[in-house]
Amino acid sequence: MANELLNVQGLETQFKTPEGIVHAVNGVSFTLNEGETMGVVGESGCGKSVTMLSCLRLIPQPPGKIVAGKALFKGQDLLAMSSEDIRHVRGAQIAMVFQDPMTSLNPVMTIGKQMEEPLKLHLGFTPQQARSRSIELLEQVGIPRAADRLKDYPHQYSGGMRQRVMIAMALACAPQILIADEPTTALDVTIQAQIVELVIRLREELGMAIIWITHDLGVVASIAHRVAVMYGGFIIEEAQIRDLYANPRHPYTIGLLGSLPQIQEQGRKRLYSIEGMPPMLYQKPHSCPFSPRCRWVTDRCRMENPLLEPVGENHRVACWVDTTTGRER
Amino acid sequence: MTESTPTPTGDNRLLAEATSDRKISWFERTLGPDNYRIVKGLFKTPASIVGFILIVLFILIAVFAPVIAPPVGNDPMKIPRDGFGGKPKDPGTAWKKNVPEVPFWYEPLTGKTEWVHLLGTAQGQYDIFYGIIWGTRTAFQTGILVVMATVLIGVILGSIAAYYGGWVDNLIMRLTDIFMTLPYIMMALIFSAVLTPVLGRSLLPPLIAMISFGWMGYARIIRSDILSIKERDFVMAAHVSGVKNGRILFKHILPNAIFPTLVLASLGIGDVVLGFAALSFLGIGTEVGYADWGQVLSFSRNWITSLDKYWYIVVFPGITLTLFVMGWNLVGDAMRDVLDPRMRGKT
Repeated sequence: MANELLNVQGLETQFKTPEGIVHAVNGVSFTLNEGETMGVVGESGCGKSVTMLSCLRLIPQPPGKIVAGKALFKGQDLLAMSSEDIRHVRGAQIAMVFQDPMTSLNPVMTIGKQMEEPLKLHLGFTPQQARSRSIELLEQVGIPRAADRLKDYPHQYSGGMRQRVMIAMALACAPQILIADEPTTALDVTIQAQIVELVIRLREELGMAIIWITHDLGVVASIAHRVAVMYGGFIIEEAQIRDLYANPRHPYTIGLLGSLPQIQEQGRKRLYSIEGMPPMLYQKPHSCPFSPRCRWVTDRCRMENPLLEPVGENHRVACWVDTTTGRER
Repeated sequence: MTESTPTPTGDNRLLAEATSDRKISWFERTLGPDNYRIVKGLFKTPASIVGFILIVLFILIAVFAPVIAPPVGNDPMKIPRDGFGGKPKDPGTAWKKNVPEVPFWYEPLTGKTEWVHLLGTAQGQYDIFYGIIWGTRTAFQTGILVVMATVLIGVILGSIAAYYGGWVDNLIMRLTDIFMTLPYIMMALIFSAVLTPVLGRSLLPPLIAMISFGWMGYARIIRSDILSIKERDFVMAAHVSGVKNGRILFKHILPNAIFPTLVLASLGIGDVVLGFAALSFLGIGTEVGYADWGQVLSFSRNWITSLDKYWYIVVFPGITLTLFVMGWNLVGDAMRDVLDPRMRGKT
């Protein structure tokens, strides 16, 4: 693929809580290329959102703290920038869409006012320019009667329309990266499909890179080029989308894919589920975080945490066991 | 088992509301759904309506004071005196000196052509009727001024504390706590007593004193509201689109958080006026003879043992003050009900 756009190296983020330090992200590294869509998959609390928010320095500090790592965006470290500089990256070059469109819009500001804000801020538009650009954007994301609806307040929009507005706002300054943090989770299935379609269409039109955070493996399959699976604050497997679905290597990925209901499945069978609970992240793990729930677990898994190792072309996995043979590597 | 056709059960009102093409009024649009619900709830109970009527009545009295009681002399805020005699005179006594012009409503309403002391005179022959009518202006002035200043201080301190958090929050809120522990009337009394020699006898010393010791409640309310608003997703969304801190605080958070504070503040006017009257009664504040309810009440101090005879010096200003404060409190109770989260969605 083409040029490297975002390169995150050894990112570690912790939160101080009354119960102790939570190790939310424990050394995450990945790269995102221009025009590429990367899916980030994992269950709740595994550090998907925190990783992305850390890259934009949006972790509330305190209690949060980025302990180590770099996030190179076009060669510049986002984590070492001045807060004034990173403000110009946010929204203008890296934009973000959140999970719940019902709460992501300011209830006492009109849609128009909210859309014009980043345009005036980052591109220095005059009010008239900002207005006509907002109308364009709303039309682009498929909102009818856009000029009239600019005057409306968020409560007059439906959930799907609000998520379209959020996407339109994120795209306002033509960012190079769009981070979508579970943008379809709060929507019903037909609207989900519409939003995914919309994002795919916009990606083709605008050529931006996308990081799509989700726990819905189905959605990822339809949009991403590459997937990173996260568990306990680590990326435990990373592969091209087809490769991952065809040959999952990490026990957790195998479990995740195995717990999807299969439509062709014959007979009545209990749906597979992974035993146990995700780990509490109060200690920095020295063993493999998945070892308590893993059926291939060995003594080594309980002693040492595996690192991401390549197992094929563009396929990396963090596991001591070769799950295709069941033997230690 | 018998076969039956399933009938839809349950509450279909929500569905009906959602599907109906309900017209959203201009008023609701500008206020937003939450605030609109609050305002609507305010006009629902009989008590709050009575409160509003009382308040409107007092506003009319203040506005039309020159018509109701035509001013005598240069300064209308000075209560006209009918001589200098010590003993109060009964309501209905003829007016001899400094007689004001007879207004147009007077004759048809009372059937008299000569101006009398409608509500009697207080010690020093100050006309009680004039004190009450023109004192309404003083009440609104002090109430609105003190509330505006205290809200301003409270909102600034409270929002800084809430938005920046950490040691800033700690410092400001502990300061607030310290001010809260001081007994309000006593501190206001001491402070205005200290200020009076410096600033002279006027409205200023009690106003400054009441402002200095009255902002804490607002600081606490706005702080707690901002704390909850700043965790909302749209604030994060504003951060993500690179909006400056100050703009986020004033454009995104404050407009969402300030409404309950403003509403409660407008109702604080009653309490402020009561406090001001108390200071006035104790002899702090305006010069003797200034139209101000507390001042009129204070004239009764020397006659407290013979109130059976001179009841009117206490009763008329007392009733006025009570009705004024009651008006604000009735509305305030309705407000508290509407703002109570447990009542959400019930109006």
